[in-house]
Amino acid sequence: MTGTVTVFVPRDAAARSLGADEVADAIVREAAARGKQVHLVRNGSRGMCWLEPLVEVSTPRGRVAYGPVKARSVGELMDKGMLDGAPNAVWLGLTDEIEHLKRQTRFSFARVGIIDPLSVEDYEANDGLVGLRRALEMTPQQIVSEITKSGLRGRGGAGFPTGIKWQTVLDTPSELKFIACNADEGDSGTFADRMLMEGDPFVLVEGMAIAALAVGATEGYVYIRSEYPDAAATMQAAIDIASLNGWIGPSVLGSGRAFNLYLRVGAGAYICGEETAMLESLEGRRGVIRAKPPLPAIAGLFGRPTVVNNVLSLAAVPPILAKGADAFSELGVGRSRGTQVFQLAGNIKHGGVYEDAFGLSLGELVEGIGGGTSSGRPVRAVQVGGPLGAYIPTSRFDLPLDYEALALEGAMLGHGGVVVFDDTVDMSRQARFAMEFCAEESCGKCTPCRLGSVRGVEVIDRIVAGIDPEANIALLEDLCETMADASLCAMGGLTPSPVRSALEHFPEDFKKSRALSL
Amino acid sequence: MFKGGCAARKGAAMVLKTSDSYVPWSKEQTVVVVDKHRGERGALMPILHELQETFGYIDPEAVDLLAAELNLSKADVHGVVTFYKDFRSERPGESMIRLCRGEACQSMGAERLASHACEHLGISFGGTTSDGAVTLEQVFCLGNCALSPAVMVQGRLKGRVDEARFDEIVDELKAGRR
Repeated sequence: MTGTVTVFVPRDAAARSLGADEVADAIVREAAARGKQVHLVRNGSRGMCWLEPLVEVSTPRGRVAYGPVKARSVGELMDKGMLDGAPNAVWLGLTDEIEHLKRQTRFSFARVGIIDPLSVEDYEANDGLVGLRRALEMTPQQIVSEITKSGLRGRGGAGFPTGIKWQTVLDTPSELKFIACNADEGDSGTFADRMLMEGDPFVLVEGMAIAALAVGATEGYVYIRSEYPDAAATMQAAIDIASLNGWIGPSVLGSGRAFNLYLRVGAGAYICGEETAMLESLEGRRGVIRAKPPLPAIAGLFGRPTVVNNVLSLAAVPPILAKGADAFSELGVGRSRGTQVFQLAGNIKHGGVYEDAFGLSLGELVEGIGGGTSSGRPVRAVQVGGPLGAYIPTSRFDLPLDYEALALEGAMLGHGGVVVFDDTVDMSRQARFAMEFCAEESCGKCTPCRLGSVRGVEVIDRIVAGIDPEANIALLEDLCETMADASLCAMGGLTPSPVRSALEHFPEDFKKSRALSL
Repeated sequence: MFKGGCAARKGAAMVLKTSDSYVPWSKEQTVVVVDKHRGERGALMPILHELQETFGYIDPEAVDLLAAELNLSKADVHGVVTFYKDFRSERPGESMIRLCRGEACQSMGAERLASHACEHLGISFGGTTSDGAVTLEQVFCLGNCALSPAVMVQGRLKGRVDEARFDEIVDELKAGRR
């Protein structure tokens, strides 16, 4: 064979964290040593983290996957015909036929893992810019109505209807409006924003441009946390390429309408994932939250009407425009429309990104799709929705993962992170950590959060030490109530959620007599 | 008029750079950085990032200078520098290891790894080894939650880091120094 073989090795930070760069180097080196020509593409991750680094080889039958591939075994794999798609110990068959991928409905992640994230040609060849082109033929009101009709709700955590938010910005007159993308994905157990920005950054650029056309904004900011250097670099490159190609800038796709997009990097403050704290940070100030009202949609960045949306919300916009609101709204259940990008994390066998229409139960996701724990021990608790989400016991694995069903349980879907713990977990420690984390990350503006979290740690320590447990549990309940009801934002308001759920479902963990951990 | 494109473009690559190219703090270079970002909206954050990338930390003297240059109060600038955990007021070690202590990593033994890391390096979080080789910081989530425990070494993410792998990483860093 003399033809050039296209080989895909992810450039995603998770794949790189297990040696994807070394694998890519080995492929180029070993192919050259064998006189084979390869065309190396650094794609995004397919989201099956346990198979990373996942290498794909283009064959006449389609892309064939291998994983996990180690750099030192690349030569041997090539000798066994990897470049022809031949089977071996890490052969996974045709990528499209992998059960885990086949079962998903990929709406937001449609291109992630398939294309070269920074290739303009790849993007356009895979339905890129279709949504933006359609938006340019519509009036702002028509675009907003389309989003409202789709039923899209904010994927950052709160689940607020995106169309209603956009309508408010559209209806608020101002000669200057902003689009602010919240890419401060700080919840432990979540990484979908990162994977999307590293795997398909143009979709975010396109989504923000459509949002700008919809509400009459001319300037946009992507606020990425500093813990994501790879995502920031890819996003910046995408913004530059999109500007060079005239997709954004002074005249969006030659329409004469301007939209300039800038990247800003956070500096290690979890609270900046709260929308008003993020706006403060974008303005160059401490990330202290603002009391609402006024809503950012009316007085947001620099006091101007601002759309603040999560990465996944904005990334859902181009396909909604391209395929129509119905294509999105026909997926899902009840008032949770479309797809949800779940992130399976922690002690889980098959961890990664899993996008599917709303309606899966927690048990199906954790045991069925996730394959249970990676330690092989029984699952004991699952934290859904990040550090502010509730701990759910296996007895509630029948819970459907949608906004309303979880809210009824006092839990939340949040940003879709699902962190699994096996039976070695000490739930009093997890409850204590929730308070500790709040104390560490509180912006300090309101008392229930700033002081309540510190007192919470102390009270939990007393309970676990066996000091007047009944009275101290009552005190903890009271403290949780105060924090939940009187905090200004979700940081203090939802910290009681993991604490209360741990206490409710795992009271035995609080009864052990342990030394005060000081 | 506000600009921002060109200067902001630099922003992405500047996070968590390796430390071997840090230069000693100077007023002149600080002003160069300020001038580069002056026209951007909310310029203080990009400026602080670039100052830290250049010098490795934010010199206390820079606070006065930034306040004067940007027409802010010293309290404003000091407030921002001290609010964000990334901004340091002292030069860090030659290499930076950030260890995740978020829930996903906890479920895979991050607390054990954290104790091991502190013991192995003989420092606590935020500290630098006595030879100036390594600074260890804790972080809450690096976005590698399906491959826990995660650490970040010189801005490079690592997954499934157990105690043995951690020691290897430290050895590699120390070998690279010589």
